[in-house]
Amino acid sequence: MASQPLQSVPAEQTPAQHEQSLEDAARRDAEGQAYFDKVMADDSRIEPRDWMPPAYRKTLVRQISQHAHSEIIGMQPEANWISRAPSLKRKAILMAKVQDEAGHGLYLYSAAETLGQPRDQMMQDLMDGKAKYSSIFNYPARTWADMGAIGWMVDGAAIANQVPLCRASYGPYGRAMVRVCKEESFHQRQGFEILLELSHGTPEQKQMAQEAVNRWYAPALMMFGPPDQDSPNSQQSMAWNIKRFGNDELRARFVGMMMEQVKVLELTLPDKDIRFNEETKKWEHGPLDWDEFHEVLSGRGPCNAQRLERRREAHENGAWVREAAVAYADKQSRKQAQKEFAA
Amino acid sequence: MSTTPETAVPAEETAGHGDISVGVPGAGAEFGAGSGDAAASATRITPGNALRPEDIALAVSRGTAKPSDDAAEYALRLGDDALILAQRLGHWISRGPELEEDIALGNIALDQLGHARSFLSYAGGAYAKDGKPGKTEDDLAYFRREPEFRSVEIFEQPNGDFAVTIARQFVVSYYQYELYRRLTESTDATLAGIAAKAVKEVDYHRDHSAQWVLRLALGTDESREKMIHAFQVIWPYVDELFRDDELTARLAGTGAAVEPSSLRADFDRLTGEVLAEAELDVPQVKAAPGGGRRGLHSEHLGYLLAEMQVLAREYPGATW
Amino acid sequence: MNDSTAPAAAPAPHTAGNVWPLWEVFVRSSRGLSHVHAGSLHAPDAVMALRNARDLYTRRNEGVSIWVVPADAIASSDPDSKGAFFESPQGKDYRHATYYTKSEGVKHL
Repeated sequence: MASQPLQSVPAEQTPAQHEQSLEDAARRDAEGQAYFDKVMADDSRIEPRDWMPPAYRKTLVRQISQHAHSEIIGMQPEANWISRAPSLKRKAILMAKVQDEAGHGLYLYSAAETLGQPRDQMMQDLMDGKAKYSSIFNYPARTWADMGAIGWMVDGAAIANQVPLCRASYGPYGRAMVRVCKEESFHQRQGFEILLELSHGTPEQKQMAQEAVNRWYAPALMMFGPPDQDSPNSQQSMAWNIKRFGNDELRARFVGMMMEQVKVLELTLPDKDIRFNEETKKWEHGPLDWDEFHEVLSGRGPCNAQRLERRREAHENGAWVREAAVAYADKQSRKQAQKEFAA
Repeated sequence: MSTTPETAVPAEETAGHGDISVGVPGAGAEFGAGSGDAAASATRITPGNALRPEDIALAVSRGTAKPSDDAAEYALRLGDDALILAQRLGHWISRGPELEEDIALGNIALDQLGHARSFLSYAGGAYAKDGKPGKTEDDLAYFRREPEFRSVEIFEQPNGDFAVTIARQFVVSYYQYELYRRLTESTDATLAGIAAKAVKEVDYHRDHSAQWVLRLALGTDESREKMIHAFQVIWPYVDELFRDDELTARLAGTGAAVEPSSLRADFDRLTGEVLAEAELDVPQVKAAPGGGRRGLHSEHLGYLLAEMQVLAREYPGATW
Repeated sequence: MNDSTAPAAAPAPHTAGNVWPLWEVFVRSSRGLSHVHAGSLHAPDAVMALRNARDLYTRRNEGVSIWVVPADAIASSDPDSKGAFFESPQGKDYRHATYYTKSEGVKHL
């Protein structure tokens, strides 16, 4: 539920009253912190109107809005293939999937709005280039096989990240993620199926599938974020029960899952260094190019400018429509009020 | 009157294909059998139970649904109409005036695509002759040339701005509603079945477009101007929707279909009501010559098909 | 047009320029159950909010009925007063059937 904390109106105060109100605020903060700490210790949930540390609120707003932006920008590489989908069944699936991504973006914006951040502000930050989104969507979707690789690997990585987020300490975020995860289960399967069809199709189709897997492999692994030792925010997020596992842990699990699944696809992963470490009982993979990751993240990927421009264009082209609807609503409620007055 | 108590909850509710473990204590309870409010959930998902394009394709391949040549040609017409519209609407996903509207237009596009697949799957059954198999929905969608398409021109008209898309949608959905409503009583059971599923969806499309016609026409000066312009652009293609020909005459004779002209009065009345509420006049424009039912299309269709078919034709015979 | 499903006189939430106000959405998943909060969305008015809610929150058969409420029309209890608000019922065991043990074993009671 979107409800901002009630603001106490600073009426004119005597110095003594002012002193008192500062003391009250400090007491509320101390009590709030104690309650918050207890919620964390009990692994319970924080709800929108609860007291929360400002940094917790800020972290959540940043993380949830970035997540929402990723869904919205992530629509584009796949929307790029809706018109050319090679069968009507695939066209329907892809349309439903891209539409789901708009839905997931909305669920997440909805969760972020409960923290007092209006959606239009988040959207503006995205269009102004101030907000980040998952850098993977700045790579182009070059062939139909990319629809398979995106579904299988990118959505696969996203699900591995998201399932633990269903237990995030912030209630609205966790609930949004439950909804997203339930819906997303079809996204990965449809991607896998696309690759399976291709790898069992003509030699050209199989090659198309392998090339897409090669292209998306490293970016998908990097979706889990930098290695834990380079990810200072991770520790805090785990202390706050937002994140439940470290980046490397999730990444290793994901590599293990892909190694099994790629066999069914009769394709290969472009990484000779993948192995199961018998000592640590964990999967390991080859080095990733984090310089490229940071380059793409900071706006120098192949499609950054294109993605943002497309979002801006949709938003600006829609301005007159949104205005019209607002104007109509205003007129209608004025009419209604007049009617009631007359009656 | 039904004597079943409304409060009865089925002893077991299926969780559908979306059932996955999300690792949330308690979340699983939403899936399970339940009674009373303990089972209340806003995220219980099910695939539902409705006639799907796959069911039609299966019935056709088994030979349990076999269209007459006339019915097949008719199904091709309606299938092409819906397919071309779905292709147009699909473009809006990620480009709508607001994210909520991306989803609304996406739903309409998916409905239309579903209707197209059902009609085309049925139409394909007519090609099963002398031991040759029928054609699939994809054979028909991807491997026919422009003159072989039977859609009328309004469906292929470019999206334009949001007002043009809404004007096109308004006309089309009021037409399709009147058509499908009558086809539910077709003597051709498959056409009746497809129409029964489609008519409810198209009813929603009517509502969606009418809501937007009101808002755009009565919103701001700018939106009103754009709405009026959009109707000027789209209205010339209205007439073609209601033209009878020999095929529709024959099908009307057997009760398998209705003459398009018989829909016109209801269409005019119902669209007229909305236009009047929106303080708009019915555009006085010359009707476009049309010819889509005979394969004569406007200049727009070729580009649309080129884009839609390019990949499938690059790999003929491939499966996806 | 048939708008009987829309509230006749929905309060007009605050709107500014081309920004649509926020609505909270409640979905009844099947007959016999309550409406449950599903999330929120933006819409220019109640009529469109219902439609947007249908499109956004019931794409997978999640509902048979929807409520939408302007987000700012919802008053909520103050979390700081949890103690005063919600702890009073605790300890009032006599409100519960389990408090009455002498009747144990008596049928249909």
